[in-house]
Amino acid sequence: MSGNVGIVIVSHSPLVAEGAADMVRQMVGDEVPLAWCGGNPEGGLGTSVQSIMDAIDRVWSEKGVAILVDLGGAETNSEMAIEMLPDDRQGRVVVCNAPIVEGAVMAATEASGGASLDQVRRTAEELSPQ
Amino acid sequence: MTDAALTPAHAAVLMTHDVGLHARPSVKLTKLAKTFQASIALAQSEDGPWIDAKSIVKVMAMKAPKDTTLHFRASGADAEEALKALVALVERDFDEGH
Repeated sequence: MSGNVGIVIVSHSPLVAEGAADMVRQMVGDEVPLAWCGGNPEGGLGTSVQSIMDAIDRVWSEKGVAILVDLGGAETNSEMAIEMLPDDRQGRVVVCNAPIVEGAVMAATEASGGASLDQVRRTAEELSPQ
Repeated sequence: MTDAALTPAHAAVLMTHDVGLHARPSVKLTKLAKTFQASIALAQSEDGPWIDAKSIVKVMAMKAPKDTTLHFRASGADAEEALKALVALVERDFDEGH
């Protein structure tokens, strides 16, 4: 699959992340690589750098990967995960400043048409108050 | 002076989908619009305001309710095909059979 930008959904709650991913699959379809992660290994709320890196790996696309996050740690851990990627991948992964559910659906819709990473991010971020 | 290639093609179709142009129909319309090279604009009235039919954020923000007549305007090599396909999608009720 794909010449399309991949989407990663990172929430503190695995249920939120999975639910958002489900909405993307049902509303947009499966032409966009999509992965989610959320929760800590003990089954509580949280995010982990390693699972974010694994999720990026699962959806890796030459066109890049857009990450949608919920609160605080989801964002900082995603940024840390990007920093730990191999050099040639770092510049092709971005965290979108957008609401997690709406942003994921908008980003995936844009990505499904073959848009660039920058276009995908801008579409997701169009939702946020300027 | 008129130039046929630069004159946008128009089409209008009554949308009867129960919930109007909500999330799923918006995604379908935008995705279909993106498959064409033509630039495609969408409005709820012939007088506009016109929005980019390939912009999911703008299409969804339009919140067109049931029984709205959707107006399409397209220009580019495949403009006619694009309009035909978009009108057909709306007429098929966005493939969401009841």
